[in-house]
Amino acid sequence: MLSTLYAVLFYVATIILVVGTGMKVARYARTPAPLKIPVSPAPRTKRGVWFRMFREVAFFQSLFKSNRWIWIFAVLFHFGMLLVLLRHLRYFTQPVWWWVDLIQPIGVYASFAMLAGLGGLLLRRIVVPRIRYISNPSDYLMLALFLGIVLSGMSMKFLMPVDILGVKQFFLGLMRFQINELPTQPGVLIHLALVATLMIIFPISKLLHAPGVFFAPSRTQVDNARKFRHLSAWAKQLPPLPEGIPEPEEGK
Amino acid sequence: MAPLDKKEEYGAFDNVDEVFKIPTLECGAMADTHTFEAAPEHNEALHFPGELLDNWQEVAIAKMGELAKTNRAFQVYLDACVKCGACTDKCHYFIGTGDPKNMPVARQDLLRSVYRRYYTFAGKYFPWLVGARDLTKEVLDEWYTYYHQCSQCRRCSVACPYGIDTAEISMAAREIMDSVGVGQKYCNEIIAKLKKTGNNLGLNPKALRATLEDLEEDLEDETGIEVKLPLDVKGADILLITPSADFFAEPHIDGLLGYAKVFHAAGVSWTMSSYASEAANFGMFIGSYENMREVSWRIRQAAKDLGVKRIIFGECGHAWRVGYSFLNTLAGPFDFLDQNYPIPQHIMEFTSDAIDDGILKIDKSKNDEFIMTYHDSCNVARGSAMGRKEGGQFDLPRKVLKAVCNHFYDMDQDTIRENTFCCGGGGGLLTDDLMDLRIKGAKPRMTALQQVTTDHGVNKMAAICAICKTQFSKVMPKYGYEMDDIMSVHQLVANAVILDGQDAEEEQEAPEAAAEEEK
Repeated sequence: MLSTLYAVLFYVATIILVVGTGMKVARYARTPAPLKIPVSPAPRTKRGVWFRMFREVAFFQSLFKSNRWIWIFAVLFHFGMLLVLLRHLRYFTQPVWWWVDLIQPIGVYASFAMLAGLGGLLLRRIVVPRIRYISNPSDYLMLALFLGIVLSGMSMKFLMPVDILGVKQFFLGLMRFQINELPTQPGVLIHLALVATLMIIFPISKLLHAPGVFFAPSRTQVDNARKFRHLSAWAKQLPPLPEGIPEPEEGK
Repeated sequence: MAPLDKKEEYGAFDNVDEVFKIPTLECGAMADTHTFEAAPEHNEALHFPGELLDNWQEVAIAKMGELAKTNRAFQVYLDACVKCGACTDKCHYFIGTGDPKNMPVARQDLLRSVYRRYYTFAGKYFPWLVGARDLTKEVLDEWYTYYHQCSQCRRCSVACPYGIDTAEISMAAREIMDSVGVGQKYCNEIIAKLKKTGNNLGLNPKALRATLEDLEEDLEDETGIEVKLPLDVKGADILLITPSADFFAEPHIDGLLGYAKVFHAAGVSWTMSSYASEAANFGMFIGSYENMREVSWRIRQAAKDLGVKRIIFGECGHAWRVGYSFLNTLAGPFDFLDQNYPIPQHIMEFTSDAIDDGILKIDKSKNDEFIMTYHDSCNVARGSAMGRKEGGQFDLPRKVLKAVCNHFYDMDQDTIRENTFCCGGGGGLLTDDLMDLRIKGAKPRMTALQQVTTDHGVNKMAAICAICKTQFSKVMPKYGYEMDDIMSVHQLVANAVILDGQDAEEEQEAPEAAAEEEK
């Protein structure tokens, strides 16, 4: 019963995550940018833009320059999460890929980095008046959700070990459209329910910053407006303006 | 506005580090700063409804949806913000006023909260969760107040991990307000004037010609030779598009005389146009593609009509953003111009090349009384470029300055180049009814200036933007400087350039003549 419920939950969550985010990405891609608005320091070549975006995504370059504390917490959280996610691949692969085995030990400790990052971000949100001012309930809840996921995950690793092989069997089964028995320890159920929640809200929340960063015209446009004419589809449809200089009106 | 007369009311920070300290939040500090609204005739001249529509709410919400479909920046920026707070201390108006609604993200949220309410799942069903709110008259008023406290300088965009540009949001907000009949007097009146006369000042061709002739006389008095300021000369090689402030205001005029001397020394044929006698394009400030296109179109027509081969822009910050980044889009393709030169070109590029080619005879000592620094104008710095190399918009003006001045010092690096602070008057805020905001917004720049004055004895600041020049000549006296402590870069070029045939005696008098002019 519980296994079926979780199976359905994860199928639905996956569909919402993939389709919902896909639709958003499609909308971003479809929406034209009517003008060239790259912001300095703007590269003049496509290659330059790729390099710029790599620095933004891999090192959070702009954030590094603009706010060192947020940068530290953001790096701890995001890169901690990246390692944790990669480590989680072991629950979806059989046999486990060699490089997933390789990062297994770091992946475990990366959860502490995540926790530190999240704690720092939450603390800033509460303590710094500027950031408290701009925070909505959803901003706190998002951090709480992540904290819930990390803490429930860590509890299974460090406090109350669960039947992790059973969990793996459950997910390997889902990938083959069969429902295997899901271990019912509370850690597993809480962790998975929170993860599914996260997947579901992804396309309707600020988590869209992840795909959004790749579509921000200010960062992704090439600074070459003088060389190449940039014209959006709707601008092409505008009625042409009159040619020539009209006779000056009788003035003073 | 009595307190404005008292210098101490607006004291700069004691130390440049204080600029980067977090100001204490003062909720509602600027809530009553409400710039004058436009008259119906001016709104209508821009194809907007004259007065607030009866069904304004409906129209505004529909406009918001339209923008989300036609402008990727609007769509992505409204979705992507995570409220990290990196931008919160970057706005000069926030630093100067402490009003939290002048924090970039809070300014965006004024509109984002409404967008969410009508266009997102979370905002439709859980408004309290994501801070979504209905579009009411109070909200509209709040938009009007705070979207006219943004100079669209993009400093926050540089700071944002996703490049979210508050300028785009504030332009969109102004466009939405215009579309329901709420326009700003300063911007809309000026655009309406330009559509009638070809420039923001409403100067007709006859008056413009007379002004230029007077200036030619001044030049001849100063140099002893005929330096022309040609207008509407068909068949000239270069069309100079310059802000109309260059015809009237100080220190702008001295910049214009500088371009004339450089062109004269380079021996090129050039002209200005009475039809396109304005570089600035206020269509950008109100986010209106159509109006921006109409204004730009005049430049194309003037260039065609006069049969020029090149277009060169004078010193004007927002004009250069529109010129460099948008002109080709709005009024291109310029296939009838000489393709060997960038279209358009900036006067700084021309002068820089002239210096490299050894065309200009320069006596740097003419500027020895000036200990210079340079203010990067926001829209040049963050919305355009110059020259052949990335970063040319920072390097070329400095190179030209150093070529004509012996004493140059940069301000604190967090306040120059792409991190430059707006002068406090950009983006359609250069109006007397916003003087309080303008003075407060200039605080970060003034603090950085005072630092180099203390450290190096800097006594003059140069800029290449008509708005910066006007703004600084008004606000610098509030911070203990003189109104002529702001200079045009080409004013310094004009001082130092020696033209062929200019006799030694008159050269001696040049600085005094310039000083006299300033009065």
